[in-house]
Amino acid sequence: MLTRRDTIAIGLGASAVALLPVGAYATTTEEAIAAYTGGAEMAEGGVTITAPEIAENGNTVPISVEAPGATEIVLIATGNPTPNVGRFTFGPGSGAPMIATRIRLGRTQDVMAIAKMADGSFASTAVEVKVTIGGCGG
Amino acid sequence: MISRREFLQASVAASALYGVSGLGNWSKLAAQQALTQDDLLRFDTFGNVSLIHVTDIHAQLKPIWFREPEFNFGVGDVRGLPPHVTGQDFLNLYNLTPGSRDAYALTYQDFAALGQAYGKMGGMDRIATVVKAIRADRPDAILLDGGDTWHGSMTSYLTQGQDMVNIMNALGVEAMTSHWEWTFGTDRVLDLMGQLNFPFLGQNIYDVEWDEPYEDIPSYTYFDRGGVKVAVIGQAFPYTPIANPRWMFPEFSFGIRDERMQEMVDEVRADGADVVVVLSHNGFDVDRKMASRVSGVDVILTGHTHDALPEPVLVGETLLIASGSHGKFVTRLDLDVRDGRMMGFRHKLIPIFSDVIEPDAEMAAMVDAERAPYQAQLEEVIGQTDSLLYRRGNFAGTWDNLICDAVMSERDTEIAMSPGVRWGSSVMPGENITREDIHNVTSMTYGQVYRTEMTGEFIHTILEDVADNLFNTDPYYQQGGDMVRLGGLAYAIDISKPIGERISGLTLLRTGEALDPARSYTVGGWASVNEGTEGPMIWDVVEEHIRKMGRVSAEPNGSVTVTGI
Repeated sequence: MLTRRDTIAIGLGASAVALLPVGAYATTTEEAIAAYTGGAEMAEGGVTITAPEIAENGNTVPISVEAPGATEIVLIATGNPTPNVGRFTFGPGSGAPMIATRIRLGRTQDVMAIAKMADGSFASTAVEVKVTIGGCGG
Repeated sequence: MISRREFLQASVAASALYGVSGLGNWSKLAAQQALTQDDLLRFDTFGNVSLIHVTDIHAQLKPIWFREPEFNFGVGDVRGLPPHVTGQDFLNLYNLTPGSRDAYALTYQDFAALGQAYGKMGGMDRIATVVKAIRADRPDAILLDGGDTWHGSMTSYLTQGQDMVNIMNALGVEAMTSHWEWTFGTDRVLDLMGQLNFPFLGQNIYDVEWDEPYEDIPSYTYFDRGGVKVAVIGQAFPYTPIANPRWMFPEFSFGIRDERMQEMVDEVRADGADVVVVLSHNGFDVDRKMASRVSGVDVILTGHTHDALPEPVLVGETLLIASGSHGKFVTRLDLDVRDGRMMGFRHKLIPIFSDVIEPDAEMAAMVDAERAPYQAQLEEVIGQTDSLLYRRGNFAGTWDNLICDAVMSERDTEIAMSPGVRWGSSVMPGENITREDIHNVTSMTYGQVYRTEMTGEFIHTILEDVADNLFNTDPYYQQGGDMVRLGGLAYAIDISKPIGERISGLTLLRTGEALDPARSYTVGGWASVNEGTEGPMIWDVVEEHIRKMGRVSAEPNGSVTVTGI
């Protein structure tokens, strides 16, 4: 997990981290993936998402992604009306290819991360995050 | 490492010592003559470390009736495995005799009849006697409390948990973890935490804003006992902000966080811990999965799902201990720790038969002093019951049916919803129902009874959602409550199906017609997690209803049809 110091360190490196929209007109998950990878094969492994199994608050779900060796990470909320969350790019001064953010999830869904590696290949992973009504645990 | 013989040493006290106790031998006198406190406490001290575990006491200071579940289904990989074994199957699995004390303590069958013979269970004064006896035997035994301690009674509600903090300090608890404690709200929790003589642990309690461990809540603590360094890591209930009102403690985040659990285990091992104990409020199935994913844990003291198991469950080399609820049991676990590892254990789930175990005079006086200011309110008789009132089970108990009837009648609704919490003591047939009895099944800091309208479709969605919290085949998605209880509505559930496909046949009982997805229905319920919920408190609603009835009789109503078992 990220520590406070790491968060600050990432903030300092922000000059090299740009948040860009993925494909301006991509409206579905498939379109978002295709727009980004151009249909290239995506390897399994090499990308790790840390997310709660069940969201405590669907309006602000903490998600972090690590992808050693990546030059870009794209985050996709597959079940949201607008799946694209963001594209994070890492330059030589950015430190470890790792992001942490909070996203809104409209319903139970897979959160997906795609990493673009230095050689131009892609890797991806996805985890399910449940958004529940709650209230009956005991 | 752990032999079958050591498992056999782990059976419940009375069965090992007394085996058969005839079904005809139900008089209270005979029961008392056959069993002594010494029998219950007999234990050949073993190894070099003793753990004493209590959990999910739910603020029950006095002995209570508590009927164990008839239905407690497991799904997926844990179908039919303990603790998802009940009744006769439970007796067969653990080789217990029907009608015996152990059968009474651990299963539901013939509960009302056996209760007359064997009496109430629990009581903090009896628990104090047991703790003192273990400490007389092993003075440096470590007493650990798994949480759900401050909530569940009228006195804990009125004192905002103060009575339980006083009692647990006096009992000499040495570490605890938490769940319902949080429903007193951030300020009160921090206040009470400051009054504890011992650490309030939770490696998974995070600061929401920073998304990192909350700095004033330790993840673990150490005990140097018997020449051994014992690490105890706390794990609070992961879904506290989802199952309970997040707005009452908005600064805190929880979650399972098993990767951090592994980091903590590695950290304490690197720091020289010889044995690692997790004091958990995950719920049994979550702990079982966590034990398979986190290495280096010797013992998980489980909690939350209120299971009482007479033998540990072994996952790899990790022992899972389940010590029941409401003060019915105390676990003693002796460990042989040598060369930095656990070499063996001896276990006993000690049933707290309140008529057999002598109350500790000091603790009895303290309990009475805590209750004295409220004595008249607690003991006021509201009505009588002709039938056994109980809650625990995956689907509605008779208490829930009575509560739902009260909500529908007092709030004039077509449908009632009552939360599937696992706490709540029983009332025997023919007994008075006191105000305390009502609070024991309703007490909470958000007990307002709402009256609202919901469409048939929304009601269906709620049932699917709650069913998935219970019957998801991945334990990490289970919240450890039972199914929401319904008044005025029948349904069928296939527990083997995925979310969205489990619930069918929703029928409004007053008309016998299928629930119309598009129509709005009046619904009353309580324990809403939403801020600003308005309405009278549930215990007042139930009290009013019972007063009008005078005598009540609530039977299992058969309105839920369960398949896919």
